[in-house]
Amino acid sequence: MARTISYREAINEALAQEMARDESVIVMGEDNAGGMGSPGEMDAWGGVLGVTKGLYHQFPGRVLDTPISESAFIGAAVGAATRGLRPVAELMFIDFMGVCFDQIFNQAAKFRYMFGGKAVTPVVVRTMYGAGLRAAAQHSQALYPVFTHIPGLKVVVPSSPYEAKGLLIQSIRDDDPVIFCEHKLMYDTTGEVPEESYTIPFGEANLVREGGDVTIVAIGRMVSVAMEAAGELAASGVEAEVIDPRTTSPLDTETILESVESTGRLVVVDEATPRCNLATDISATVAQEAFGSLRAPIQMVTAPHTPVPFADSLEDFYMPDAQKVANAAKAVTGWER
Amino acid sequence: MADARIARVTMPKWGLSMTAGKITEWLVEEGDEVQEGAELAEIDTDKIVGTLEAPAAGVVRRIIAGTDSSAPVGATIAVLAPAEVPDTDVDQVVAEAEEQLASGEVEEPAGPVVATVEVDGRVISYATMGEGDEVVVLVHGYGGDKNSWLFVQEPLSRTRTVHAIDLPGHGESAKDVGDGSLDTLAATVLGFLDAVGAERAHLVGHSLGGAVVTAVAAAAPGRVSALTLVSPAGFGAVDASYLRGFAEAGSRRELRPHLGKLFADESLVNRQLVDDLLRYKRLDGVETALQTLLGTLLDGDEQAIDAATLLAAVEVPVVVVWGRVDRVLAPADASTLGRAELRLVDDAGHMAHMEQPHAVVDAVEATGRKG
Repeated sequence: MARTISYREAINEALAQEMARDESVIVMGEDNAGGMGSPGEMDAWGGVLGVTKGLYHQFPGRVLDTPISESAFIGAAVGAATRGLRPVAELMFIDFMGVCFDQIFNQAAKFRYMFGGKAVTPVVVRTMYGAGLRAAAQHSQALYPVFTHIPGLKVVVPSSPYEAKGLLIQSIRDDDPVIFCEHKLMYDTTGEVPEESYTIPFGEANLVREGGDVTIVAIGRMVSVAMEAAGELAASGVEAEVIDPRTTSPLDTETILESVESTGRLVVVDEATPRCNLATDISATVAQEAFGSLRAPIQMVTAPHTPVPFADSLEDFYMPDAQKVANAAKAVTGWER
Repeated sequence: MADARIARVTMPKWGLSMTAGKITEWLVEEGDEVQEGAELAEIDTDKIVGTLEAPAAGVVRRIIAGTDSSAPVGATIAVLAPAEVPDTDVDQVVAEAEEQLASGEVEEPAGPVVATVEVDGRVISYATMGEGDEVVVLVHGYGGDKNSWLFVQEPLSRTRTVHAIDLPGHGESAKDVGDGSLDTLAATVLGFLDAVGAERAHLVGHSLGGAVVTAVAAAAPGRVSALTLVSPAGFGAVDASYLRGFAEAGSRRELRPHLGKLFADESLVNRQLVDDLLRYKRLDGVETALQTLLGTLLDGDEQAIDAATLLAAVEVPVVVVWGRVDRVLAPADASTLGRAELRLVDDAGHMAHMEQPHAVVDAVEATGRKG
């Protein structure tokens, strides 16, 4: 039965249900259990923002605390995946992937290809991305485009509790390495989620809102920003179609192209910095595949090409918001040659 | 106190998740005289557009929520009263209603109450509305659920206890269907009657559910007071490609064209309907359940169920309702239905209870009167 739970609870439930279903699923990461030697339920912190809380006691021996050494424990997770486990490793902040990038892009991503399809690496790396938590430049980036760039990785950016649970279960059951990117501002957002297990296939965009005037493609937390903008636009007579790709690799270009073919206008909203991000990628695809349908230049709403600022006012200004999205949509719907 | 002859037309609660509705069109004007049950307005629930019927006879004295406006469930959207009720009395009711609407403080009427029982080791979810000695049980079709009765359950519940159940493999019930046979499903319905303490009930079944309740009536005649069947399975021809297509569709793009076949008016298939079904289909266990039940329904491209033989053994009153343009199960020939009364419904496809709910409500009431 569907009930309303948070994004954090949806992720926790997906982990618990998959651990109960399949004993090869393990969870590992910094403070995922509760810290070395910490006794009792009270101390089971469950990761820096409490996402894995409670699992340690439910699944004794299968929730592992790791040293603060991403290169070691991400490597261990990748290795364990090649030997038959299905590890879900928590890489606290996506910003820290620099210290374990060899394990991800040159090992996990390559095994299936280099061993002629004989090796599978069913590892999931859960990681937090995004600005807004006043966590400064080294803990606030939206780096999912970096993973999207690499063949052999699947990249998931869930936009709601429903998406988070179904996509995480799919990630765990998938035989390829998956980078699962959770926006840190979304953990307390709530939505309807079925109690039962379910999966959402990769590479299938969600049509969040139908509209005929402009297509807005938005990634992760930007989906709710785009929906807020769509509400404002509707009040001024512009009906936006909002598309959530849900996974950036594989990417459902078919749904995006179909939409642009009917609206003739595209706005892409991406919290990542603007060079070589999803906005440029999707815009290039549309320009190449649906040029004849476009009735206005494509607009990209992204962060600026700078580190995430620490000053509150600057950080707020840094992130795309509904006003910027609505302005971009009005620019394309009002555009004349 | 307001004049008792003044009737408030309120935003209905069609289905568990409905909290507000949008009036897409008023079918009457202020000053029109209407009978009870007359069609007043088209209301969009997000999931589907339904027709609101007059709760009483009278003159449409005032329309409070106009076309294209939204109102919360329970809000007064129009006022009916006989012509002799003075305007000042009507104005008072209208003023109260407008104030409620403006403040948003509307008391939502009690919707269906959802509960579960365990039958043969499976959790069965059901929604109950109304009170009354007469018990009606609504049984959905293949791939459907208890919410498909959203337009029918409320009007029937005014004088009856109406349960809408989720068959195994569907809705919020357990997804294990066992062998998926008609006997297993019929045993579930009988077990449900036991679990809720209903000695006898009027069973209403749609499509696969129609065959299931016919099997219940044949197996346990003492437990069934009447049968109303809506496009029941097990009579005549079937569009097997619909059933297989529905079972196999894995995406919105694949599912949508199949759903169009369900309705006379394909525009009823909106995004929400497709999304809800897709969400259901993605639950663990549903794919297996639907495949197993496909084996119950189909033998090659023909129907595997012979409901006509089962029906021949049924002695209680039976009314069969069938959309004239049913493209999934073509309306059965009356000769195969024995003593049952066949009512063909205009402008309805396979989902008469969603497209022309009043026809189904009328049929259930007529069957009940025969019993």
